[in-house]
Amino acid sequence: MRKIYFIVCLMTTYIAYSAWVYTGGTGSVVKMESAAQNGKRIWQRSNCQNCHQLFGLGGYMGPDLTSVTTDKRRGANYARAIILSGGNNMPNYHFTASEADDIIAYLDHVNKAATANIR
Amino acid sequence: MDQKNIGRHFILLGFGCLLVSITFGLVASLQYVVPHLFGDVLSFRTTRPLHVFLAINWIFACVTGVAYNAWPQVAGRPLHSYGLAQIHFFMHLATVLVVIIGFFSGTFSGREYLEFPVWVSGLIVGYWLLFVYNYFKTVHPDLRGAPVYIWSWTAGLVFFLITMTEAHLWLLPWFNDNIIRDVTVQWKANGSMVGAWNMLIYGSSMFIMERVSGNTTATRGRTAFLFFFLGFTNLMFNWGHHTYVVPAHPVVKQVAYIISMTELILFANIIMKWRRNMGSQTPPNSVLTVTFFSIADRWILMNLALAIAISVPYINQFTHGTQITVAHAMGTTIGINTTLLLGCVSWIVEQSVSRASRKHIILASRWLHWSLLVFWCSLLVTGFIRSAGTIGSLPFVRITEQMLPWLRVFSLAGVALVAALVAIIISLVKPILVRTDVA
Repeated sequence: MRKIYFIVCLMTTYIAYSAWVYTGGTGSVVKMESAAQNGKRIWQRSNCQNCHQLFGLGGYMGPDLTSVTTDKRRGANYARAIILSGGNNMPNYHFTASEADDIIAYLDHVNKAATANIR
Repeated sequence: MDQKNIGRHFILLGFGCLLVSITFGLVASLQYVVPHLFGDVLSFRTTRPLHVFLAINWIFACVTGVAYNAWPQVAGRPLHSYGLAQIHFFMHLATVLVVIIGFFSGTFSGREYLEFPVWVSGLIVGYWLLFVYNYFKTVHPDLRGAPVYIWSWTAGLVFFLITMTEAHLWLLPWFNDNIIRDVTVQWKANGSMVGAWNMLIYGSSMFIMERVSGNTTATRGRTAFLFFFLGFTNLMFNWGHHTYVVPAHPVVKQVAYIISMTELILFANIIMKWRRNMGSQTPPNSVLTVTFFSIADRWILMNLALAIAISVPYINQFTHGTQITVAHAMGTTIGINTTLLLGCVSWIVEQSVSRASRKHIILASRWLHWSLLVFWCSLLVTGFIRSAGTIGSLPFVRITEQMLPWLRVFSLAGVALVAALVAIIISLVKPILVRTDVA
């Protein structure tokens, strides 16, 4: 019976911990605007994470883009140009200018959330 | 379809997934060296998700086949419903085919590891519920006094459903519109899902170890349960080491670091004890099982060392998001999970494997181990170069140029790895196709 009690305790802790992770543990001060929400939809539909990472989550063919919009070497304009025309290893996805703007808005949101939330 | 052979069909489905997965994996690895290989017809955008999805399906289909074989033996009665198991099989097969077609046509949900459209998850949950129902109605698991593999199977089956649900919380704006929450919960769900399938594999391996050795005390002993509870705790809380770079609350990281990777130490301990007990008296019909489990044993120890290293936050901030994480994933998926599953399948079919085939399999298993070692080391070196380049603020193109020689080694080792796996699969599939009494 001790094993049963132990597993019940573990499960209870897991539920409480999960609830905390879903709320206070992952609170963010940065609100996602509608352009960024649209950019996120395009990001997912185009499967961008197959090659790029955000916060270390994603593939390794391309660079991590968590802070690309404020990166001294790259920046938002550089990223926008690559999104529109493709790059060394990146095919041209034929995004429209409006779609490219939305993706940049999403990446900018990611960057702001990353820096604003540093604890 | 012969109802009695449902386990065999799942194992064959698993081998099919593995063969196609390693083929796409090989193409994907070559695309690191030659990015536009096969152009738009078969781009990296298609090969990587196919490789990952089919590798996961190899694990799930094979462990399902082994479980359908084991449960009637554990329960001492036939499977509760072969009809439901057949529906399960056809739903699983349909899911695999639909996802392959979807990926080729460019249909993605864009979620790492679960890149297929969301409605496919409904199919997966549907057939999983049939699997769970058959388990409970066949085994009637009474956890009081049950051996550890019953606990592992139960935990794995239930937690797959929990984590699969959790992986879809992003559909709710509360999760989707908060990138920190979204990424954290995605890591949480994916990390725990890996724990869930590990529970199924470990459960099946423990059951087979018990049958091979004839020793029923090890799977009921304190060490086995200590291992189970540590593994279970890891399943629930250890995912956090993936989120060191995510600015969630520090407690998430502290919990992950404290829990760490204790699970593998105990599993290695149990396998080593079991091997010691087997000594020179390996039963003649379990030579292949012992061979594969021994390889898994070595990979547990190597991967353990790597896992502990990259769980240290200071090291993790340099290694996360590099090929070093991939090396850990490959060591686990191929070195541990695949070799354990090959050991399980060998246990089912070994009586029908000819002496010549056994020799081939043993030779190929050594080839598998050494080629995987080169593959693993090349990933570590590539990851180190990427990390150093990133710290040195080198442009990504320059970093890629520096990684290229090691990516070539990685691709060549991948070819050798595929050759070894194909040789093993061919030798194991033959007796499965010949035998009719495999449940």
